[in-house]
Amino acid sequence: MADTTTSTDAAARARRETIRKGLGRRHLTEKLFRGFGIGAILIALGLVGTLFWMVISKGYPAFTQANATLEVYFDPEILSFDPAPVRGAGQSDADYRAAHLGWQRAVTMANWNRIVENAVVNAAPQGFEIGSREALALIDAGERHRLRDMFVANPNLLGQRVSVDMLASANTDNWLKGTIDRNLPDARQQLAASTRQLADMMLENGTIEFRFAWHIFTNVDSRAAPAAAGLAGAFVGSLYMMLVVIVLAVPIGVASAIYLEEFAPKNRLTDLIEVNINNLAAVPSIVFGLLGAAVFIRYFGLPLSAPIVGGLVLTLMTLPTIIIATRSSLRAVPPSLRQAALGLGASKTQMVFHHVLPITFPGILTATIIGVAQALGETAPLLLIGMNAFVAAIPATPFDQSSALPVQIYLWQGNENRNFFEARTSAAIMVLLGLMITLNAIAVILRQRLERRK
Amino acid sequence: MTPMLIAAVLLVLMGLGYTQGFSRSRALLAADGARLHSRPQYHGALVALWVLVPAILVLALWVMFGPGVSRAFIVSQLPADIVALEGSQLNIAIARIQAIASGFGVAGEVAPWETAAGETYAQFHFLTLLLVVGAAAGLGILALLYARKRITPALRARNAVERAIGWLLLACSAVAVLTTFGIVASLLTEAIRFFTFVNPLDFFFGTVWNPRFSSTGSDAQGQYGLLPLLWGTIMVAGIAMLVAVPVGLMTAIYLSQYASPRMRNTIKPVIEVLAGIPTIVYGFFALVTMGPALAALGQAIGVEIRATSALTAGLVMGIMIIPFISSLSDDILRQVPQAMRDGSLGLGATQNETIRRVLLPAALPGIVGATLLAISRAIGETMIVVMAAGNSPILRANPAEPISTVTVTIVNQLTGDSDFAGPQSLVAFALGLTLFAMTLVLNVVALMIVRRFREQYE
Repeated sequence: MADTTTSTDAAARARRETIRKGLGRRHLTEKLFRGFGIGAILIALGLVGTLFWMVISKGYPAFTQANATLEVYFDPEILSFDPAPVRGAGQSDADYRAAHLGWQRAVTMANWNRIVENAVVNAAPQGFEIGSREALALIDAGERHRLRDMFVANPNLLGQRVSVDMLASANTDNWLKGTIDRNLPDARQQLAASTRQLADMMLENGTIEFRFAWHIFTNVDSRAAPAAAGLAGAFVGSLYMMLVVIVLAVPIGVASAIYLEEFAPKNRLTDLIEVNINNLAAVPSIVFGLLGAAVFIRYFGLPLSAPIVGGLVLTLMTLPTIIIATRSSLRAVPPSLRQAALGLGASKTQMVFHHVLPITFPGILTATIIGVAQALGETAPLLLIGMNAFVAAIPATPFDQSSALPVQIYLWQGNENRNFFEARTSAAIMVLLGLMITLNAIAVILRQRLERRK
Repeated sequence: MTPMLIAAVLLVLMGLGYTQGFSRSRALLAADGARLHSRPQYHGALVALWVLVPAILVLALWVMFGPGVSRAFIVSQLPADIVALEGSQLNIAIARIQAIASGFGVAGEVAPWETAAGETYAQFHFLTLLLVVGAAAGLGILALLYARKRITPALRARNAVERAIGWLLLACSAVAVLTTFGIVASLLTEAIRFFTFVNPLDFFFGTVWNPRFSSTGSDAQGQYGLLPLLWGTIMVAGIAMLVAVPVGLMTAIYLSQYASPRMRNTIKPVIEVLAGIPTIVYGFFALVTMGPALAALGQAIGVEIRATSALTAGLVMGIMIIPFISSLSDDILRQVPQAMRDGSLGLGATQNETIRRVLLPAALPGIVGATLLAISRAIGETMIVVMAAGNSPILRANPAEPISTVTVTIVNQLTGDSDFAGPQSLVAFALGLTLFAMTLVLNVVALMIVRRFREQYE
């Protein structure tokens, strides 16, 4: 009897011993495992941080740009064309307009480069030698058109000296910001030595200043005048597409969600629709682009590069997102509410539209914003329906050619002037991310407000 | 202009119908004191619907047949020598006359017969428009009068309106089915057109991708081998999974099993920020930061790594997919019953033993499903690979070299082209079909696995 006790005791002790021996290793594994977990989280957080740091550090400088305040002389010798036509007594409207257009053409033909160049040379210190091309390279190529427009608007400027704020060229901006390596040999610099020297001097004496670049928001894209390129056209294009998405995807999506959740009988057709929606949600976005190219553009003959087509494609793409999100908020409505409505004699439709739907409003709103944010950032399908065409105008209607914010980012990152456009692209990304964060913040705030009110 | 006018006419008619139905049923109520079956709002809505349906039918007929009728009319106005012209030249002549008729004008000399045809067409156009709008409005009014007469206290207006709403809801859900149908139909028809140029065997099993320059020739030039693109796609997706699965899964495990609720509530949203970032931003990140960093790293350890390569694109795509894997796995891990975990812990297992030997095996089907969904996402991803994979469609095994993928090639072959005349652009649809089929299979299998997993623990 006592014998067996000691033997089981011994066995238990031995077992305890093995467990204790293994314990150190097991606790070490535990620590390691936790370490892996923390490591994974740190990697993920670090990546979020790196991404934002990259975008902001690269994009932030693009929001200020070098501006040169120069005295422009509207030299009558260079601007040697007839004075602006004056409207005669019996002249018809059309004749006057034709005459004025002819005059504008003559104004455009004048050597405006020379005016810009003279302004730069005049602003240079006494005795500073600079060639005409080198002087011109300091100022953005779009500025001569601005001077011409100033003159067309006010022909009395002829022979006058006016102080004008002009955008420095993209290359000057690079040089002054140090985005290009200042120690590169002359042959690999974009600007001639004299231009670079003059730019430095002007920055020092205050002729050139860095100002906030409002034109990023107000100008359209430009190839000839990269320093003046802006996002306005792409922004309006994206806005039209989002309008189309909101007008089409939200009603259709909410209606399908209501049907599937509240009305659909359990049959083959319903199953088919459900499987379809789940699969559509996972179809790659580029396939929707192919659909748009084949159906909307080729079959229905809608215009290339138009926001209406982009909006339609994005609508089809975001529908599943909106349907799935709306369904889950419909499912969250307590059954007691439905039973109460039905019990008081409401029909099923009345129950859904008068009682269930108002409660899910915050959920539908969130679904809408998630869908719109997803559509706003989508690029690939838009490339296939021609939205990557270069468009230098703000689209007046959704049927006009246009770009979109993410596509503009794609176009800018591919620009040859890498030094300048890397910052511009990051700035555009900041605008896009800013919009998306704002949208999401609005969703969160609205949801909290609406939910608190209940 | 015209659509706005039509919409305005319709809206006015519908408003009229609604008020008529409303007041008529109200009057009945007042007159003989009878109880209405439906409230006046429903009577109003029913009359408005009666107005809408015939008007919409007329307009739909016009939209369908209007262009054909206009064309036939213009052709009847043209001189015989123009009508005898080839299709495209005839189309140009017709377009010119339409432009003259609209008052927009055309470039170049305008022949007298063109002016004449333009004028008659303008009259014709105006008359048909008047006729159509008139017919729509007239039918609408007739329907209004009829519907108004039908109103009796016993009329089940509410049931009728609700039935209409039900049909409308069903129609909205059908949009999703139509979309799928449209995708399959357009991909199939264009891919079949492509296969009239290129033998399907050469496409699916060819190892050389060299479509030549698109010169809209009618005979197939160049070679369209899918394999290099497919291999590139698989390689990039594989690298992405190597990054995303361990990091995403470990994050999910830590957040669901170890982290305090506060830590969880702060970290989870931050990681989900990654899911909301547009892919174009990841592409730019790959191009500007990841690529050069990898190249520098390669130089430091003496391996040649190209800045745009499968490795760059794959790593960044992995980052993109981390939140996808982590949030899906998180959901799945939380669905494993607490009792299983408690049992294991009660027997003396440590946390990680519980996770590795109990939780993960139980959650494995769900995690496999999530991974399949992530793979389907990775092979369909476009912008990252367009910008950072280097676009070099050659079969090679080294991930540090540039590659090309199915999605990149779709973008390259189709961008800006809309007439789809040659195999160069049509191949995009064959590639799209391949991609669609691959993702469809992955999705169906993944959803099946996930659903079965859920049912197991519910």
